[in-house]
Amino acid sequence: MFIYFLKRSLVALLVAITVSIISFMLLHLSGDLAQSLAGPTASEADIIQVRKAYGLDRPLVVQYGDWASKAIRGDFGESFFLKQPVFPIIVDRFPVTISLGVSALLLALLVSIPLGIVAALRPNSWIDRLALTISVFGQAMPSFWFGLLLIMLFGINLRWLPVSGTGGWQYYVMPAVTLAYYSMPAFMRLTRAGMMEVLASDYIRTARAKGLRSMTVLFKHALRNAVIPLVAVAAVQLGFALGGSVVIEAVFSLHGVGYLGWESISRADFPVVQAIVLILACLYIVLTLFADLLNAFLDPRIRVN
Amino acid sequence: MSAESHAGAIETTEPSSGAQLRRRLSRHTTFLVGAGILGFILAVALLAPLLAPHDPYAQNLSRRLIPPVWGSGGSWAHPLGTDQLGRDYLSRLVYGSRISLLIGFSIMITSGIIGTFLGIVAGYFGGRIDLIVNFIITTRLAMPVILVALTVAALAGSSVRNVIMVLSLLLWDRFAVVTRSATLQVRALDYVAAAEAVGCSTLRIVAGEILPNILNAIIVIGTIEMANGILLAAALSFLGLGVPPPLPDWGAMIADGKQYMFFSPWVITIPGIALFTLVLGINLLGDGIRDLTAHENRT
Repeated sequence: MFIYFLKRSLVALLVAITVSIISFMLLHLSGDLAQSLAGPTASEADIIQVRKAYGLDRPLVVQYGDWASKAIRGDFGESFFLKQPVFPIIVDRFPVTISLGVSALLLALLVSIPLGIVAALRPNSWIDRLALTISVFGQAMPSFWFGLLLIMLFGINLRWLPVSGTGGWQYYVMPAVTLAYYSMPAFMRLTRAGMMEVLASDYIRTARAKGLRSMTVLFKHALRNAVIPLVAVAAVQLGFALGGSVVIEAVFSLHGVGYLGWESISRADFPVVQAIVLILACLYIVLTLFADLLNAFLDPRIRVN
Repeated sequence: MSAESHAGAIETTEPSSGAQLRRRLSRHTTFLVGAGILGFILAVALLAPLLAPHDPYAQNLSRRLIPPVWGSGGSWAHPLGTDQLGRDYLSRLVYGSRISLLIGFSIMITSGIIGTFLGIVAGYFGGRIDLIVNFIITTRLAMPVILVALTVAALAGSSVRNVIMVLSLLLWDRFAVVTRSATLQVRALDYVAAAEAVGCSTLRIVAGEILPNILNAIIVIGTIEMANGILLAAALSFLGLGVPPPLPDWGAMIADGKQYMFFSPWVITIPGIALFTLVLGINLLGDGIRDLTAHENRT
């Protein structure tokens, strides 16, 4: 177990370093940073001056080394636009994005696990079909459009919820529902498939043959084993949700990290963008590492292989 | 329409006499509905100049935000109304299908080539190469797609070409994962060993023995990524960094309509329904192909 842990952590670290290099290079190679900083009306001399002032005239490797060595210590430089250190700005926005991601995850699990169980117990029943229809439709709707439809219905027509902005829990309802809607199909399918597999297994037959109550069998014996794969997927989905919350936060003007990223991109504030990309990537890496380790812990077959 | 036919398709899988036949038919139904939707939108895209009643770029500021024909004040002159610049909405919708299809197909093919290449190489050679490809896949999955795509689009300039390029470079992962495991399976089969024993070149084995056997899987992933690419491109346009104005992109139409949705909700519902229908069609087509080929393998 320890060797496995060590190996996986090492790979995770390597991935994090590679992502940081790629995102750094991407930023510096896909366009002229100095040009976008100086603005469209800047003269050639202005651009050269900007390039010097921000150290953009140095070789890329030197720039990366400089940036990475500071980033490890939590120093992501200063925002071009806000003229403040980048890290506190991002930390400030994080609670919003985390609340959104976690509540969306919980909501999705809360809906999809029961639906998945019922679908597995009664394959081809109306509820199974409903679950399938929801997932087919959910996957085809653009998330921002679904969000706008919710705003029109619950914000403008019914006036139950605030249309947009950041504030109390009411402001999180529609964004969380929108975000949850897109991870539900995966959870539902996994629960359904896991339950069907487990229910067909020998130990469930044994438990039933022993005369245990069907509820006991279902929840104590079957569900426990069926949700193992769900744990990993939930962690990965949370990572995706944090990275993908840009669109949702933009739709609902929820001022989280994603919104900050979008704002910063549109005002050429690249130290912030770079830091957000790296932090979100690291979060994803940590979450998948956690999922792998938890899986290995719960299922001994994984760590042996 | 598509919803009802799909629900109907599931109903027929009820186990009863002749269930086998009906189940096969229902699989075809899903496939046919998907193919029908995609075919219809393809036809609209090809015949756009004939179908569009007006020039999709012609502005008329005195005829702004006219409601569709079923709304009060709507007329057949503009069946789906006009946008905030007085451009005919039906014409923009019709021409928009070209952009979405172009983006979807291009992303599917480019990311398909990248991912399939990596997957086959990893699955066929295994060992260290497999480890490296796995590492590349893990790294790619850790990068937040939308943020990276937005950043590149902002720096490289937003254009249809750049949207296709950046999303293609980000969406190959599923192709790689699936072709890798499919190649691993096929590689263990006797006829690949036979081909090796006869002395076939690696290229010939991959092209002649492996690729044809994993093609079904590639096509299914292709439909998934085409749908995914269209949705992501629309999201980029919605965030203002995808397809640039004045092109009639469906995502951009929703973005432009956002500030008018209070009084003119159709400006966002109409292009949204178009996007939804297209993606639903592609998904149903993919589901159908998967079911049909899975059936083929079983018998």
